[in-house]
Amino acid sequence: MKTNKKTTSNCNPFDFLTEEIIFTILDYLNDDPFSKKSLSLTCKALYSIESHHRKTLKPLRAELLSRTLHSCFNLVEIDLSNGVELNDLAAAAIAEAKNLEKLWLSRCKLITDMGIGCVAVGCRKLRLICLKWCLKVSDLGLQLLALKCKEIRSLDLSYLQITEKCLPSILQLQHLEDLVLEGCLGIDDDALSTLQQSCKSLKTLNMSNCHNHSHVGLSSLIKGAENLRELTLAYGPAITEDLAKCLHTFSGLRLVKFDGCLVKCSGVRAIGRWPRSLKELSFSKCSGVEDDSLSFLVQAHKELTKLDITCCRKITYDSVDSITSSCRSLTSVGMESCSLVPKEAFILFGQRCELIEELDVTDTKIDDEGLKSISRCSKLSSLKLGICLNITDDGLKHIGSSCSKLKELDLYRSLGITDEGIAAVTFGCPELEIINIAYNDKITDSSLISLSRCSRLRVLEIRGCPHVSSKGLSSIAVGCRQLAVLDIKKCFNINDNAMLQLAQFSQNLKQINLSYCSVTDVGLLALTSMNRLQNITVLHLRGLTPNGLAAALLTCRGITKVKLHASFKPLLPKSLLDYIEAHGCVFHWRDKAFQVEMDPKGWKLHFGKSPEAP
Amino acid sequence: MEPNDRLSLDAWANPSSSCNGLPRKMSLENPSFTNFNLQQQEQKWDDTSILNYGIRIEPPPFHEFNQASESEYLLSSTCNNQPKVLDQEDGLNNEALQTSKSPDWDPRTMLNNLSFLEQKIHHLQDLVHLIVGRKGQALGGHDQLVTQQQQLITADLTSIIVQLISTAGSLLPSVKHKLSTGPPNGQLGELLFPPLAGMNCVPQPQHGSGSKSVQPQCVTGSKVSDQCNQMDVTVSFGTEQNLSIEEHEMKEEEDADEGENLPPGSYDILQLEKEEILAPHTHFCTICGKGFKRDANLRMHMRGHGDEYKTPAALAKPNKESSSEPVIIKRYSCPFAGCKRNKDHKKFQPLKTILCVKNHYKRTHCDKSYICSRCNTKKFSVMADLKTHEKHCGKDKWLCSCGTTFSRKDKLFGHIALFQGHTPAIPLEETKGPSVSCDKMDGNEASNKSGNINFSFGSNAGSGAQNIIEVKEDADDPASYFSPLSFDTCNFGGFHEFPRPTFDDSESSFSFLEAP
Repeated sequence: MKTNKKTTSNCNPFDFLTEEIIFTILDYLNDDPFSKKSLSLTCKALYSIESHHRKTLKPLRAELLSRTLHSCFNLVEIDLSNGVELNDLAAAAIAEAKNLEKLWLSRCKLITDMGIGCVAVGCRKLRLICLKWCLKVSDLGLQLLALKCKEIRSLDLSYLQITEKCLPSILQLQHLEDLVLEGCLGIDDDALSTLQQSCKSLKTLNMSNCHNHSHVGLSSLIKGAENLRELTLAYGPAITEDLAKCLHTFSGLRLVKFDGCLVKCSGVRAIGRWPRSLKELSFSKCSGVEDDSLSFLVQAHKELTKLDITCCRKITYDSVDSITSSCRSLTSVGMESCSLVPKEAFILFGQRCELIEELDVTDTKIDDEGLKSISRCSKLSSLKLGICLNITDDGLKHIGSSCSKLKELDLYRSLGITDEGIAAVTFGCPELEIINIAYNDKITDSSLISLSRCSRLRVLEIRGCPHVSSKGLSSIAVGCRQLAVLDIKKCFNINDNAMLQLAQFSQNLKQINLSYCSVTDVGLLALTSMNRLQNITVLHLRGLTPNGLAAALLTCRGITKVKLHASFKPLLPKSLLDYIEAHGCVFHWRDKAFQVEMDPKGWKLHFGKSPEAP
Repeated sequence: MEPNDRLSLDAWANPSSSCNGLPRKMSLENPSFTNFNLQQQEQKWDDTSILNYGIRIEPPPFHEFNQASESEYLLSSTCNNQPKVLDQEDGLNNEALQTSKSPDWDPRTMLNNLSFLEQKIHHLQDLVHLIVGRKGQALGGHDQLVTQQQQLITADLTSIIVQLISTAGSLLPSVKHKLSTGPPNGQLGELLFPPLAGMNCVPQPQHGSGSKSVQPQCVTGSKVSDQCNQMDVTVSFGTEQNLSIEEHEMKEEEDADEGENLPPGSYDILQLEKEEILAPHTHFCTICGKGFKRDANLRMHMRGHGDEYKTPAALAKPNKESSSEPVIIKRYSCPFAGCKRNKDHKKFQPLKTILCVKNHYKRTHCDKSYICSRCNTKKFSVMADLKTHEKHCGKDKWLCSCGTTFSRKDKLFGHIALFQGHTPAIPLEETKGPSVSCDKMDGNEASNKSGNINFSFGSNAGSGAQNIIEVKEDADDPASYFSPLSFDTCNFGGFHEFPRPTFDDSESSFSFLEAP
């Protein structure tokens, strides 16, 4: 009796609401994933309501997939990228989600045509499917997919071992708008030239890293695609006059990317004669781009908003002058390693292109004056200043004072920056999400303490900052709860204390590199108890023992990638490694020698090398 | 023949209406390859191929038997001026124009036919002598061999008699060349027994002497012998037979192209009867009656019967000498009425060789009596098909949710592309979880009822799933050698409980079970 009374008095108020009403309420929470999570964790009823309402799913662990899919039958989006352990049975489970519209399966390398066949038959409403790196999927599966899922808008077939056989059925998809054929080496000119079909609805085509086709095959593939807006041919055919002419008729083109292509001046000039202005253009890593032809091009394409001329090492002040004077609406400029561009040129950006949101001037001669000018771009959200040796705290203070929307800041090896500059940025840019201050020996714990103000910080790289310690990192752990990626390699002073704090507070941590730190078994064990941790790099940890490592690996259920020193391999029992690998984890064994010095390659001397990827 | 015609014939022929089914039963039991033996005796195996014993029998419409049979192709190479090619149109025309058509009558042909008859009668005498001798032995002997020999001799006799009759029939000037064909049922019976009943003068003694052996010839015994008696009655109304004895020496046959699409009339159509098609042996020793599948084996066997069979001429592969003459293109018709391979079919497609005929007939019109011992599901009517299947049985790893298995992935995907609701079935691990959704089980039951499936999903399907080789080990998959990356890590632990995909519409799902 008593218990009955109690339950009636404690009756869940949500019981009085219909599911539709609760769903409507939940719709308002779509912007805030954490509050929905809190709701679903309150009780079973709310959990089930939330799972029924749930439209998107990005599971961390594959073994729970079936149950999850069972309760979340209204799923519209599933992201299973990097599910290297997912096999055809998982695909068959996905096929249960009849309402599925978007599915990402990139790098699900065990899924074969059979699994794709299940998805094709089960999920007839699919609009988007990404099969990048699903190496076991072949023409057969794609033909079936194209046959069964007529609603497909977006199809990513990157790096599949497909041939021309699947293209006719794919091109017959009535609604196909977005086709990615990146790295499909089986598709060549001969195959393309025999294509009879044309896809009128096609808007976006990506044929990057397809080395076996020229403008002949390309024009055959896109013939009839009057609405083509975006074309990516990175690392593809040479940009010749012929290719530019064959694209001349596609007046709808808004975006072209020729990254890494062999570019002829005549080709660039022919692009300059296209009837309509492009919005986005990329000549990244096209060493053939020169001042004359680029200036001619930008004068015709005045509506450009995004321009990437990374590593166009021949361009000088003249190019920047014509770019900034004709393309006033630029929002994104990438000119990393344009080493001939003088520091005066960067002032032009702030003076003429105030709409810039993203600027990559890594490894250039930009100085504080340039930064001061650029700080006039109040919408700036991403600024990359890696290896800019001419900038100091003064320039950064200008940015901090006026660019309040800044989300990403890269100060990799920008050795003129100190705690003062970082503090100024954290005060002025509270929305900061990504910051890289790697290899800076002037950075101390006070930088980290000021960074802990940025509660949205997701990615923090302080690799090779010898003066930061556990104290600073602990404040990050407490302040930045959304931290997902952390690189503290060669931060020798960081020890187990920081790890314990991270384990307690940073529940969203997915990836960590703690090589060379002073972390021991205790810290590693604390870290690996975190649920979401997937990727861990542990090289040259002095205090790590094989037993501690084994225990840590066993506690880490969601781990997918571990980078270890090769010396550990014989010390760990093979059965343990097999067990962990069977749970979907990949081991990378490295045999690098121990390096103490911070600047083995002489970065301070700045030989103009492009920085290694962080 | 039109069904109506057939009906009226039956009604007229046999008011008791029992004749329709009986010949069929009868003919199942009757191997009749006696013509071949005859030819052997006459020609010392002039013929190369097993094709040469072919006879075509055309069951008759309403005509009296006494003008019934004729041989279309005479053994004695002199029938040149007779029309030889029978095709559909001819048959139809003949049916329509029987009475008005004037036969071309040639005295030379008649002479040839008469000499042929003379030969035949001599052979008949020899055979009867042989029987008498054998019977003497059989009194002392006891074993089945004797009865077998008797059967065979009787069969030979019957054949000779038939040929006699047919040749004799062709001597009559008023005879029609050929007539339309009808249902194949009972053709053999009509072939064997009408002469006995109708042509009293010649066959009667034979009937008497051979009456004992006719009965054993119908293996099933007394019941069949009753049928034989009835048969005599029913068919003695007279049937016109169009007996075509294959003759390799025919001349002046127009050269037809060798292409696949032979125009009608450019080739000879032969129609074996189903007893011939189904006979285990097609070459018989004329002395001891032993049967052989191959002519060469028979020749080897014949050496044991005396030195005269050891001569190079006797051992040589027959009929190479006629290579200079134009080769007649022969095509075959299936005796099953209504079959597309039957020459009366509107879109008749001839069969190329006798082997094609055999395989076609067994596959299409016979019970599938060979069952795969591994899967106990697949049935075949041709032993070679079973053996081919057994090589792959269990390796058909590509399977559809409907239970159909495929040895090739592209075939499976073609199947799935064709049928709504079908989906690739992912083989579960052998250690399966207990949970199988109910509708799936229903599906299994339904599919098992249809008798087409032995693979089922879920916990009760251990044996089925064991046959399936895991897909990820597939060596045929191009990706496995394309890829520089290893696929060795894999976790199946979490997926045991996945429910099987269900179908949108169970009816549509299982209405295609008959599909290959």
